[in-house]
Amino acid sequence: MQFSEAWLRELVNPALDTQALVEQITMAGLEVDSVNPAAAEFSGVVVGQVVSVVAHPDADKLRVCKVEVGESEPLQIVCGASNVREGLKIPAALIGAVLPGDFQIKKSKLRGELSFGMLCSEKELGMAADADGLMELAADAPVGTDIREYLALDDQLIEVDLTPNRADCLSVEGVAREVALLNNIEFEVSAVSSVAVEHQETLDVKVSAQEACPRYLGRLIKGVNATAETPLWMQERLRRSGLRSLGPVVDVTNYVLLEMGQPLHAFDAAKLSGGIEVRMANADEVLGLLNDQEIKANTETLVIADAEKALALAGVMGGSESAVSDSTKDIFLECAFFNPSFMMGKARHFGLHTDSSHRFERGVDANMQTRAIERATQLIVEIAGGSVGAITEAVAEQYLPQRPAVTLRQLRIKRILGVALAEAEVEGILQRLGMAVVKDSEGWQVTPPGFRFDIAIEADLIEELGRVYGYNNLPQSSLLMRSALSQAPEAILEIDQIKDLLVGRDYQEAITYSFVDEELQKALVPDDTYIKLQNPISSELAVMRTTLWCGLLQAAAYNTKRQQSRVRFFEAGQRFLGTDVAQQEKMLAGIALGSANAEQWAEKASKVDFYDVKADVEAICALTGGEVQFLAAKHSALHPGQSAEIQTMQGESLGWIGMLHPTLEKQLGFDTNVFLFELSQAVLLERKVPSFNSLSKFPSVRRDLALLLEEQVSFHAVEKCINDCQEKLIKEVMVFDIYRGQGVEQGYKSIALALIMQDATQTLTDAEIDAIVNRVLDALSNKLSAKLRD
Amino acid sequence: MSATLEEILAQALQELEAANDLQALDQIRVQYLGKKGAFTLQMKELGKLDPEQRRSAGQAINQVKADFQNTLEERKNSLQQAALDARLASETIDVTLPGRGQSVSGLHPVTLTLRRISTIFSSVGFKVEEGPEIEDDYHNFEALNIPSHHPARAMHDTFYFDAHTLLRTHTSPVQVRAMEKYQPPLKVIAPGRVYRCDSDVTHTPMFHQVEGFLVDENVSFADLKGVVYEFLRAFFEKDIQVRFRPSYFPFTEPSAEVDIECVMCDGKGCRVCSHTGWLEVMGCGMIHPEVFKSVNIDTEDFTGFAFGMGVERLAMLRYGINDLRLFFENDLKFLEQFN
Repeated sequence: MQFSEAWLRELVNPALDTQALVEQITMAGLEVDSVNPAAAEFSGVVVGQVVSVVAHPDADKLRVCKVEVGESEPLQIVCGASNVREGLKIPAALIGAVLPGDFQIKKSKLRGELSFGMLCSEKELGMAADADGLMELAADAPVGTDIREYLALDDQLIEVDLTPNRADCLSVEGVAREVALLNNIEFEVSAVSSVAVEHQETLDVKVSAQEACPRYLGRLIKGVNATAETPLWMQERLRRSGLRSLGPVVDVTNYVLLEMGQPLHAFDAAKLSGGIEVRMANADEVLGLLNDQEIKANTETLVIADAEKALALAGVMGGSESAVSDSTKDIFLECAFFNPSFMMGKARHFGLHTDSSHRFERGVDANMQTRAIERATQLIVEIAGGSVGAITEAVAEQYLPQRPAVTLRQLRIKRILGVALAEAEVEGILQRLGMAVVKDSEGWQVTPPGFRFDIAIEADLIEELGRVYGYNNLPQSSLLMRSALSQAPEAILEIDQIKDLLVGRDYQEAITYSFVDEELQKALVPDDTYIKLQNPISSELAVMRTTLWCGLLQAAAYNTKRQQSRVRFFEAGQRFLGTDVAQQEKMLAGIALGSANAEQWAEKASKVDFYDVKADVEAICALTGGEVQFLAAKHSALHPGQSAEIQTMQGESLGWIGMLHPTLEKQLGFDTNVFLFELSQAVLLERKVPSFNSLSKFPSVRRDLALLLEEQVSFHAVEKCINDCQEKLIKEVMVFDIYRGQGVEQGYKSIALALIMQDATQTLTDAEIDAIVNRVLDALSNKLSAKLRD
Repeated sequence: MSATLEEILAQALQELEAANDLQALDQIRVQYLGKKGAFTLQMKELGKLDPEQRRSAGQAINQVKADFQNTLEERKNSLQQAALDARLASETIDVTLPGRGQSVSGLHPVTLTLRRISTIFSSVGFKVEEGPEIEDDYHNFEALNIPSHHPARAMHDTFYFDAHTLLRTHTSPVQVRAMEKYQPPLKVIAPGRVYRCDSDVTHTPMFHQVEGFLVDENVSFADLKGVVYEFLRAFFEKDIQVRFRPSYFPFTEPSAEVDIECVMCDGKGCRVCSHTGWLEVMGCGMIHPEVFKSVNIDTEDFTGFAFGMGVERLAMLRYGINDLRLFFENDLKFLEQFN
């Protein structure tokens, strides 16, 4: 909410300068967002009156005016504004004036005519961003008076960012009440006397939706002049609160809203047929609003209707048909209390947010309607005349907000705030907050005032005490609480350890968006079911990723387009296979492209390949201590001949590794092979707690075998075949060479294996070793047609 | 005897001097001290002499042999040293060239910041809890005392999947989930990704928060102030000013925003702090009774506080990053600055 400091000070005027005042209310929870001057800096501008206007002899659009500025003679000033006319009072910048932007006014000649000053618009005075003519001053403006003084422009516009609980401060009176409280100044809102009733004509008011609208006041004011000029002081206050002047009736309802926080609405009485009814809308009832929007209401929409149809969206916006216009003669002025619980979300449902809905949703004092309607009546009559009718009031007491007393215990204050406040201090603060306080055995029974919708439980009162006492005056303690030794589960690996490992292997951590482009998601894994956001921020961020590769590929492409020829990223984050908690799986993924090592002098550059990345994945898996297997398998995003599914030895899927499919490589704009891996954290982070095997005192023996195998026999098959022999003395099988070429038939390969054997109880004899090796060779020969190479 | 002992020695020493490798030196040794060596032959000659002469001649030969051996040793040492020197010289490399093999990368600044935060809180026993990023309306809003249509919902621009399923807008739902799972006393921090439907210069649709909370029998606002104050000083490694400003969150009461003295200008006022000298860094408060009610914790038995902070904001202040959007562009030139 934005308001004028001068207006506030008219209600309560503490001995604080602007900065101190702003600081004070900010620290009380009314956070000041900005403080801006009411008008830019300028000087030398006075109230002038145009006494004569003649056409400029040499320019169509210019007029030569004589302007009275309180000096002995009127000044000749050339003016181009279309609204300049005899008798008009305007701001006149005299010779020597300095306008905003350091614009100096000098004696000048315009197309041969001397000009001794300038007539100003609001824009030229830095009071508005735009203007379509001279600023028109009231007829009684005293000629010659400095304009800053006349318009009281030495004022600040204070904008407060109010939290939703402080609806009571959505008015100048509300802020004044708070300022008075903080400065210990007595404050009462000014009394409004009833306007004398001049006619007995009324409209029937029927409230069908009593729970939503427990109080409704209305009155007819007949014969108003809807084209009367709103007085400058009111226009200025509206302007300084960010509102434009829209005619006297609307200006007054807006003014009372700003002053008291009570929204009001005026209908053109001539457009109403029969009485007023406050009711829920019929299904699909159509209603044209003031902003030209047409809405389709539903049975939960509260409307103000006449005998025929819905006229206004209650508490949100009036209707276009029944709106006050220049030709309006009689108005029906409405002032109601709508229950916040009925108002919440109603405006937003129709994409609306108004000053009125903002206040009703948060809570308006249910006791202020009479005062507000009288105030508005008084102002309308003052400005636009009219004959005032009696107020019709419909009240459903049982639905008005009840303000039951709240129990406040003195011990609880200490327990929550950490400080024991003295009885007198507590009572003093609560009373200044407008609460009725009654002492009881444990503390107090406290009844909040009608304007404080946010006080319903003890914690609300304790917050108020802390706030007014000052959070920064509350004590601060060093944390003392029960503590227990922390758990250190060894069977769970921390993802941080893996991140550090990958950083050590030259992968840079990336963080990419969890929502991705639908096309990319579909291109990578067409078979995955992904979920869509209802309201994505853009089509590039529209569906939840089922693989972290989406983001990593985009991040890599972003960098290759920026002269990076070597990119290695990893990311840890969730993928989303559904909306259930269980379908949100934590993954770890990586991408590598370009040279295997950063370019350097010592080694020949080689492109990263499958085995480089596999070594990285193996290093990660080694941290867990468990064994994994890589099985040739196909994945939609990967090259079918260079992809593997990674599994635990029990066959549980851990993830995938492979080269990006050449089609996708091209599609995504890469000009080099891209390698990817992705692992499930849940499976990955299960660590084997080491368990000790006693060391053998006897030497181990190594036997090397060169096996001739058909090309399609994988190393995994060889390894499995050897493992299946269940030779307990074979401790390790290692591959140390792969050979193809001379001496090896086409379609075959030679795999050189080392078998490491050891017994815990004796030194193995040659005969024993040969027997083991022969059994292994037999198996390899039988199952895989392996031959020993000569 | 064809040559005198002195002549033989002179000749031997000359040969030693001329030898320029260890092998030549060894040949000379054999030549003079071997079975048929010149000095050995001299010794054999002694037998022909009478005992008187034999003694003095023997002494003379031994003297000459000793002189030869000393010189031989010296020569050997010198040649060995020379060989070593030559080897060392030949093996000298340019130690200023870069090392071979894989270089090292770094962590994302958000991770660095999260780790700092975790390290500080875990030192006093806070445990890390995580929760789902796709949340239900109940945990993200209802259980946190934000019923539907509550005006506070307008402050959360929420991504929805359907009427009841959404991307969490804050890490506070982890508070509810943790209290559903465990009994107090509780000391928990919950780091993670959060999402808001907002994207401009100062907002990204995804960012990170750390929620922290503590529940025990007698936890007060004074404890909250202490923890927040000590955390901020530890995080910024600076004796900064901290202030608590009343605010409003539906799930805490009393609620506060925490401001720190601007770390860019030391509170003098600059662009970063909008010339106020203060920076808003976190929200906090005492856990609201309605939140306790939703997880069946009796507020007469327990009280607690909670706080939440934006990780990117803290990272920006800590490392002087001036553009939020850089965090998720993953430009290597940006990321490498934190290695």
